[in-house]
Amino acid sequence: MSSETDAADTLDRLPLDSWHRERGGRMVPFAGYEMPVQYEGIIAEHLWTRKNAGLFDVSHMGQLFIHGRGADTALEHLMPGDFQFAADMKPKYSLLLEDDGGIIDDLMATRRGEDFYVVVNGATKYGDIDYMQRRLPEGVIIDHMKQQALLALQGPRAAEVLESTVPGVSELSFMQAGPFRWQNQNLWISRSGYTGEDGFEISVPAIAATALADAVVAHELAKPIGLGARDSLRLEAGLPLYGHDLDTRTTPVMAGLTFAINKRRRAEGGFPGAIRIIAELDNGPVEKRVGFEVEGRQPVREGALVLDREGTEIGKVTSGGFSPSLQRPIAMGYVAAPFASLGSELKLEQRGKLFDARVVAMPFVPHRYYRKGAA
Amino acid sequence: MSLYFTKDHEWIRVDGDTATVGISNHAQEQLGDIVFVEIPEAGRRVGKGQEAAVVESVKAASDVYSPVSGEVVEGNQAIADDPALVNSDPEGQGWFFKLKLDDVGELEGLLDQGAYREWVDTL
Repeated sequence: MSSETDAADTLDRLPLDSWHRERGGRMVPFAGYEMPVQYEGIIAEHLWTRKNAGLFDVSHMGQLFIHGRGADTALEHLMPGDFQFAADMKPKYSLLLEDDGGIIDDLMATRRGEDFYVVVNGATKYGDIDYMQRRLPEGVIIDHMKQQALLALQGPRAAEVLESTVPGVSELSFMQAGPFRWQNQNLWISRSGYTGEDGFEISVPAIAATALADAVVAHELAKPIGLGARDSLRLEAGLPLYGHDLDTRTTPVMAGLTFAINKRRRAEGGFPGAIRIIAELDNGPVEKRVGFEVEGRQPVREGALVLDREGTEIGKVTSGGFSPSLQRPIAMGYVAAPFASLGSELKLEQRGKLFDARVVAMPFVPHRYYRKGAA
Repeated sequence: MSLYFTKDHEWIRVDGDTATVGISNHAQEQLGDIVFVEIPEAGRRVGKGQEAAVVESVKAASDVYSPVSGEVVEGNQAIADDPALVNSDPEGQGWFFKLKLDDVGELEGLLDQGAYREWVDTL
């Protein structure tokens, strides 16, 4: 049988590298690092996270601290979000855009006083920093926080698990962040994530990352989870992955990320690609990101073609796989706008084989984010 | 009965002029959770080294090659219905297909069990 292997030369190691290996993590090349794709198995880890709490090492991601006079207005020249009036300690999803509206990266930005804490994707972080440095005025500085590790604890029991290690975190509401102390270390914790579940993202000094990971997984409801399950969880949650579902050929409107375009910004413009993006908001994009329910059991993956009834190519699958929660294949991709309505019956073509598929609403598995006061 | 392996991680168990083919325990470990299997239909002719079946894990799709030439006499419906059987019993109940051999001479050059396991340890 055949299998693909990636060259493992010149890969960097993350602070938790040996921690993963000791726990049976199978290390694979990812975003320039060796990272654990799985421990006991992707399906078991996926289902564990949906039921309990899963600890993910996402230290490959870029943590940036952007500061200096006028950082908020300067960031508005790069992204379509509201930075000027952004509330303190409230992470916001935003997008770095090219001048034609194409997406350079997606990210989370949190105001801390006059400054911003920004988390960008691992594979794109150096490009992002270069791009931002070129475009930001001299007085606005980007510090790449290389000394920080980043952990994510996700799942319906995440609050209870993390509360036992870091008292007070369960007071955070969803999409709220704040500083915490743990064993004389400063942590920055936000209640957010990439699985559709309740959860937290924890920025911790690299020297304390192993001890914190140990403390978290000492709880019987927490286990380390690999990148494989991270991907299947976010796919079920309908969340796009940069480099697959988003790239410089897609715009925020095509990708269905219009919530990231602030109302004031839409009225004022002044962000890269504003002319195209505002036109797409008014008139609709030519292509849209949609979810597919696939007939049968065989996964249909990235790269499969989307065909209409006549067999004409009308789009492409950008992520696809087997949903452990639903026990069937699911996919997302782009289709020409006339085919993007819910219930639209299409064909997917993969390795010469046709699959029946239907456009369905995302998420595939309902989000269960924490709402204060909710039972 | 004799058991052989290929460097593509298939095994073949030969009994007279018929043989059973599957993937090795090492292969299923590397693939991880198997979620889909496509088995060949009876009557299909397969050549030595040709794609005969498909196995898909959560992460990736792989081809299963036939270690020898012959005619498929049976695909294992049990793994099509329950692909996880390939993970739990890869060299037993998780077999892929049975084959009528064209030429037993093609078995020469395949690895015996000891040589295969030794080779896998070097990977």
